[in-house]
Amino acid sequence: MASNASAASVTTQAKLVLLGDMGAGKSSLVLRFVKGQFHEYQESTIGAAFLTQTVCVDDRTIKFEIWDTAGQERYHSLAPMYYRGAAAAIIVYDIQSQSSFARAKSWVRELQKQGNASLVMALAGNKCDMEEKREVQAEEAEAYAAENGLFFMETSAKAAVNVTELFHEIAVKLPRAPAPTAPGVVLTNQNRAPKNSQCC
Amino acid sequence: MDQTYDVVVLGTGLKECLVAGVLSAVERMKVLHVDRNDYYGGESASLNLLQVFEKFAKERAMDKSAIAAKYGRYQDYNIDLIPKYIMGNGLLTKVLVKTGVHQYIQFRAGDGSFVVGKGGKIHKVPANDKEALRSSLMGMFEKLRARSFFVFVQNFVETDPSTHGGYNLHRMPARELYEKFGLAAETVEFIGHALALKTNERYLDEPAVNLVKAVRLYSDSMARFDTGSPYIYPLYGLGELPQGFARLSAVYGGTYMLAKHDVEVVYDEETGRACGVKSEGETAKAKFVVGDPSYFPGKTKVMGQVVRALCLLSHPIPNVNDAESVQIIIPAAQCGRRHDVYVLGAGSSHNVCAKGRYFASVSTTVETNDPQRELEVGLRMLGPIDELFYNVSDVHHPLADGVADGAFISTGYDATTHFETTVRDVIDIYKRITGKDLDLSKDDFTAADTSG
Repeated sequence: MASNASAASVTTQAKLVLLGDMGAGKSSLVLRFVKGQFHEYQESTIGAAFLTQTVCVDDRTIKFEIWDTAGQERYHSLAPMYYRGAAAAIIVYDIQSQSSFARAKSWVRELQKQGNASLVMALAGNKCDMEEKREVQAEEAEAYAAENGLFFMETSAKAAVNVTELFHEIAVKLPRAPAPTAPGVVLTNQNRAPKNSQCC
Repeated sequence: MDQTYDVVVLGTGLKECLVAGVLSAVERMKVLHVDRNDYYGGESASLNLLQVFEKFAKERAMDKSAIAAKYGRYQDYNIDLIPKYIMGNGLLTKVLVKTGVHQYIQFRAGDGSFVVGKGGKIHKVPANDKEALRSSLMGMFEKLRARSFFVFVQNFVETDPSTHGGYNLHRMPARELYEKFGLAAETVEFIGHALALKTNERYLDEPAVNLVKAVRLYSDSMARFDTGSPYIYPLYGLGELPQGFARLSAVYGGTYMLAKHDVEVVYDEETGRACGVKSEGETAKAKFVVGDPSYFPGKTKVMGQVVRALCLLSHPIPNVNDAESVQIIIPAAQCGRRHDVYVLGAGSSHNVCAKGRYFASVSTTVETNDPQRELEVGLRMLGPIDELFYNVSDVHHPLADGVADGAFISTGYDATTHFETTVRDVIDIYKRITGKDLDLSKDDFTAADTSG
């Protein structure tokens, strides 16, 4: 029977995009979060359309649809579609590199240009396990984040520090009632069969 | 850029992005994709209002704040340079699903499809046989004859001759099939132009099987999503399509460079074969080059022109039951022309305009030296127009198939209001490059992984 049994908690889909310099650890953060894995020599793209992971916050279930840049940030050729309908963005930099922090700031400006007021933005200072090679002080990033309405965390995909926490915090910050989206057409749906025949 | 690739693709129009996506994902080729513009989409881009003024009407151009005061945020506009609709069960839908690119884009159905009949009256194109029987398009007896034609089309299976009514549909001209069903001229016009979506009358002398398949595509598209419309359209405009296929290529390792204003093809001095591209003093080598005609001067010929008027309105198109996203077909015979005129409308429900604003386009194949005038019959139907931009484009065809000189060139976009010929050209280019047929019926593509 086609019964959309409404569970006690409502599952909300949320598109989340990653931004940041090549090598800042965007894919590694996603891989740690979604699969609990870390590869020392992560290939520059994940090779997948996007990955999904579900987070439960109180009575809500957030299903993150996580978009990686697929390398298109390299020559500044990230398509506008990447930002469309995003509920959250993580801007990643490497604490060992001032230039990657500078790039992170320009990604923040790029996001602000999109003019999506309800976007939850997180600034992640990644590779915080590399304290001895630190170039970007946490205080500096913290101050920048506060000024620009982002929340800030230092993370390590390698040592699994603050990765789950980062995504959890985003889930908490997502607006409770997402803007109702107009009913769309699901391309994989086939309506040829008589109705009420079978549930998918 | 100083690297070696399997292929360089020039221009990020829909066809080029489709080719790049398929060569990356299916053939696992190393792809470099370059555009001279700083935006994706080439001729098939959707531009924001700032870009539209810059491209078509510099003399009227306004700055951001002037636009904001008059029309709202410029970023809220996604104006198609080549407006079309996607057939629900057409080739593009198949490719979108097979490649997984449908996951990047949200689609909504079009609200309605209309056709101009005798006396300039606008009729809703009947969505099913019940609607057809109620439609004011045909008289009672004609409706019964039309019904038996539709039943014939619905039962048609190309591989089963017993469903062909005893006719050799590959030989019999479409005109003769209509005669067998005794259909009147108005019905023939309606079927050929509003359902089969033929742009002119040449199809009447072509094999009837093409007509049958075209009508069938319409009714299958109608049935596929059960939205009351055969058409779907992406949120944020058609420009999302090239971006989606570009992302497919990137996910499989494709490299993307935009704003290479001086990029040009490099030909081998001895063999004359396209062997790469150069830009800003750097050269990328490749086994062959693919691109739109604008990157291959001297290797294409102009086969015709299409004129399109892109219009901003403060109201939906009148006389179509308040439908916001519509297609209105004005058959050639109803406006004294050889080619049909198409009116398309869309609005903020598809995120192509700011709230309270509407986009409409009128387009046709150019027949005279005064293309803008040829659109008047359609423009008259729109009511007051706030801004109007004309886009006249030459339709280029490649002179050669590219096998000999390694320059695989797409054809320009024709006047049809859907994407069937667009995808067919891509399938053809793919075959010229690889020698293989692009199989859309099997799970050829490595489906993009969406699970955790």
